[in-house]
Amino acid sequence: MFRNQYDNDVTVWSPQGRIHQIEYAMEAVKQGAATVGLKSKTHAILVALKRAPSELSSYQKKILPIDDHIGVSIAGLTADARVISKYLRTECLNSRFSYDRPLPVSRLVAMIGSKSQVPTQRYGRRPFGVGLLVAGYDEMGPHIYQTCPSANYYDCKAMAIGARSQSARTYLEKFLDKFSECNMDELVKHGLRSLRDTLPNEVELTTKNCSVGIVSKDTNFTIYDNNEVAKFLAMIEGEEKSPGAGAEEPAAAMEEEDKAPQDPQVAEPEVAEPMEH
Amino acid sequence: MDPVVHGIEDYKNVPKQAYFSPYAMNGGTVLAIAGEDFSVVASDTRLSEGFSIHSRDSPKTYGLTNSTVLGACGFHGDVLTLTKILQARLKMYKHEHHSEMSTKAIAAMLSTMLYYKRFFPYYVYNILAGIDEEGKGAVYSFDPVGSYEREAYRAGGSASAMLQPLLDNQIGFKNQQGATKIPLSKEKAVFLVKDVFISAAERDIYTGDGIVIHIITKDGVETENFPLRRD
Repeated sequence: MFRNQYDNDVTVWSPQGRIHQIEYAMEAVKQGAATVGLKSKTHAILVALKRAPSELSSYQKKILPIDDHIGVSIAGLTADARVISKYLRTECLNSRFSYDRPLPVSRLVAMIGSKSQVPTQRYGRRPFGVGLLVAGYDEMGPHIYQTCPSANYYDCKAMAIGARSQSARTYLEKFLDKFSECNMDELVKHGLRSLRDTLPNEVELTTKNCSVGIVSKDTNFTIYDNNEVAKFLAMIEGEEKSPGAGAEEPAAAMEEEDKAPQDPQVAEPEVAEPMEH
Repeated sequence: MDPVVHGIEDYKNVPKQAYFSPYAMNGGTVLAIAGEDFSVVASDTRLSEGFSIHSRDSPKTYGLTNSTVLGACGFHGDVLTLTKILQARLKMYKHEHHSEMSTKAIAAMLSTMLYYKRFFPYYVYNILAGIDEEGKGAVYSFDPVGSYEREAYRAGGSASAMLQPLLDNQIGFKNQQGATKIPLSKEKAVFLVKDVFISAAERDIYTGDGIVIHIITKDGVETENFPLRRD
């Protein structure tokens, strides 16, 4: 109830030590279409579900190339993602120009963190409303990183973000130990299966709404769209979805999950019998 | 009696002025020929300064895309920086437009990049070779400040004055009486390039050691190395 007093500006702390604007920004990521990233010993891949605003328009691009060895997939405000991508591309170009070597992925992700932190601490600005999954390959091997509007970033073995992504994360947790030994095809199959689990019942993965991005030691980051995805989808054709997949996420999950002190809650009235039939 | 040079005392005690030049001449020759459905660009591999050789294996050709190769000689420091910036610009274009730059576009962009430094130029003689949007061979030659033109053939660099007239005669059929103008085939172009460089190496001290030849067709770029005299 008291949230409303402390959630207008990003420069205001709540008495519980939370900045609500940042948490609201993270909600924007949860509204975006799901995307999954996972890695093996040799490959790092991204699979993403594209959304179209209407039947008439094209599907929104989800995976963006950054450099030969890095690509990102986005969930949330696409416009914010494009601004961040432009910055990332410039940083990668600078590294190649100045030092004649590709920018290490961890360094790039740290730069995202530094850049995203600024609008979380300035009056009049808002946090970036986008979460990224960064897939890259450098001297230390393949990497998957997750970034948040809170300017936090996480090194992951596998991760899913976006709408209904909990189902994908459940799948990834189940098969986590298998990933490092997978070959590229197996890895893509796992990625597509976990993505499929985020779909509501009537929707299927098709060449139109699915995007795959793959990077490895000998292959530059390559994005597969439309017809090029067909060969990957064919590999999981005919398989059943996991049980319990596509379930709606609990609303207000944010308040239930964290252990930080809660704002005082007003007792909800008992749910009355619905008046209409 | 030892011969005495009168007046030399006038020159021995004159103060010598120190002078730093931001440029150096690193020698080398570049050559490009445009055919019907191919183009060829070649450079020697000798890098020199004055009477010294820095390297016998320093090609002056730089692959830019699958269909374009740049030959650049002059001051090697500027060559390296220019090609680095070009590579970055090509990548930026690919990110913005989701496709590679055409040969024509690269030529236009290179011209602007060079003119940008009109008052402290890149001391580089550029020749760009590739396939145009219709699939025909294209050669663009530049001066250090960006003046450029599409041509059928061009030689640049230290031995250019020796090679260009030979190309005029053999490819342009200039100054020949009653010559039959047969179109140039890929194989003939490569033989011509080798012959022409061998001749240049004979007379130009800055050209020699070896050549790198790139043959560009719609299927990509083939590369060939060929030795030259090392004196």
